[in-house]
Amino acid sequence: MDKKIIMDKSKEHKKKDIIRLEEVHKDYTMGNTKIHAVNGVSLDIHRGDFVAIIGPSGSGKSTMMNLVGALDFATTGDIYLDNVDIEHLYESDLAQLRGRKIGFIFQTFNLIPTLTALENVMLPMIFQNINKEERTEKATKILTRLKMGPRLNHLPSELSGGERQRVAIARALANDPEVILADEPTGNLDSKTGEGVIQIFEELNEEGKTIIMVTHDPNMAKHADKVYRLRDGMIVK
Amino acid sequence: MLTDLFKLSLNNLRRRKLRSWLTMLGIFIGIAAVIALISLGQGLQAAVTGQFASLGTNYLTVQNAETGFGPPGSTAIEKLTDHDLELVEKTRGVKTVSAVLIRMGKVEYNDRISFGYVRSIADDEFKLKEEYTALDLKAQEGRLLKIGDNKKVLLGNNYAKDTKFGKGVQVGKKIIINSEEFEVIGILKSSGNIIMNDVVVMFYDELKENLDIGDEIDLIGVSVEETEDPAVVAQRIEQAMRKDRNEKIGEEDFSVQTPLEMLSAVNQILTAVNAIVIGIAMISLVVGGIGIANTMYTSVLERKKEIGTMKAIGARNSDILWIFLIESALLGLVGGIIGVIIGSAAALGVSSIANSFFGGEIIKVNLSIPLIIFAVGFSSLIGIVSGVVPSYQASKLSPVQALRG
Repeated sequence: MDKKIIMDKSKEHKKKDIIRLEEVHKDYTMGNTKIHAVNGVSLDIHRGDFVAIIGPSGSGKSTMMNLVGALDFATTGDIYLDNVDIEHLYESDLAQLRGRKIGFIFQTFNLIPTLTALENVMLPMIFQNINKEERTEKATKILTRLKMGPRLNHLPSELSGGERQRVAIARALANDPEVILADEPTGNLDSKTGEGVIQIFEELNEEGKTIIMVTHDPNMAKHADKVYRLRDGMIVK
Repeated sequence: MLTDLFKLSLNNLRRRKLRSWLTMLGIFIGIAAVIALISLGQGLQAAVTGQFASLGTNYLTVQNAETGFGPPGSTAIEKLTDHDLELVEKTRGVKTVSAVLIRMGKVEYNDRISFGYVRSIADDEFKLKEEYTALDLKAQEGRLLKIGDNKKVLLGNNYAKDTKFGKGVQVGKKIIINSEEFEVIGILKSSGNIIMNDVVVMFYDELKENLDIGDEIDLIGVSVEETEDPAVVAQRIEQAMRKDRNEKIGEEDFSVQTPLEMLSAVNQILTAVNAIVIGIAMISLVVGGIGIANTMYTSVLERKKEIGTMKAIGARNSDILWIFLIESALLGLVGGIIGVIIGSAAALGVSSIANSFFGGEIIKVNLSIPLIIFAVGFSSLIGIVSGVVPSYQASKLSPVQALRG
């Protein structure tokens, strides 16, 4: 109960949009048929929120995740990342902005197999032109915090699923993003390891990070303090 | 930044070791061929140049046409005659002329048979001296032929080696030429001219007798006065002979050659051969380049998800472009370096085989630094060019599309 109050307080003075979707539509053409993957969604995600977007497969979840993460552009409607309309950005500028503002966590971890845990965490910082000393120091610090200190120089193939996901979380945190966007982060983990990951998210959220979790699992969504249900490309609250 | 991307690229190549090596194979075969052929070609050219450089520059030869540089006598063309000899001798600027026979002969020694050229030399004190100078003949062992020597021969340097008859011929030994016995009076110094290293030299009259022929002349050796330009004298001889034979310009059935002319003719042929051979090597380089492009395409397809991930975590299009471009450039660069090493080794191997076969230092490998730099640079360029399109496509992938894999 106490925890809840503190969290609410921290949210109070940061209540400002980090990601905002306004009447967003996203259409695909598959063969001859047009698919409305996202159908007029408006969504405000505030700094410090722990949001879950939940829905069955085929509900437009992945498309939502791509739009929220500024990986894709809307067919119609506007997407704002930190009050910048991404439609007006060059792809490379958007990549830079994304790299600074959003940390991605994927269901399949998506670590670069040729790089060690440490190097994987350093990668986002390379793209932000951070020098080697700073990169190494920061990546080591984050990994140590996530109890990966002894595994710094291991390749992903030498790590367990839980360990890989922790490296992926560390990578997402590398550039101190305001938002952590996780796509089925526990989908490839056993429930116990999955709980561990959620616990990390809760800790990060307490520290003020915005967490957006896309999942089909209502048990995971329970941990969020705001849940959006998605069905047929629309939000059904 | 670039060094970081470079490390990423290198990592990727290491991960796919076998494929990287196979891809580079195409490049290094091409580069090895280029290096070996060019360095050997230049060495061969130098060796051929040496053949003619050993001829005095004021020495001309007159031959009946169609015989080329090969030994006359084998083709059924009209022989030069004493009349021609006189005609040439009378031409202004000519110091001496000598009738020369060059024929293939059977040489026996130590109960073994070998075939080689037998060349005549003038049996006139003055002409003999001129010919020795013009042909640059010096005795390594024994001495040169002197007027008054009877049934004596000089042998090219290779006769002193064990390779011809199982054991080297020594001065003072008897040797059988076309079933006639001769005494070896001297062994010639090794010459830059391959033919002279395998030649038997004897007096003109003795060779005529030995071959059992009449007054035949295979070629006329002409010594030009030191004060005259050999090219000008050559023109005068041509003019005189044309008039004598009543022939038009361009329809001569004889040729007067200066060493420089022969050299440029041979060089032309060698240059043409070089060009063809390098052309073939270039084709293999193009194929190698296609191999790199193919590998890069495969690599882009297979790493789509990786590209998507990198884009999601902040990689710009240019970062992705660089990663792939550096990879393909590295394939070219490393392929080129290995190609240079293999090519050099092959060239050295071939030249050492050729040299042990012919004796002496016939073909020197001419490995120049500019050639090596060019080869490595060129192969890197092939790598870059082959990688441009795949890398560009990789960089243009939309993150969503790429993440889908």
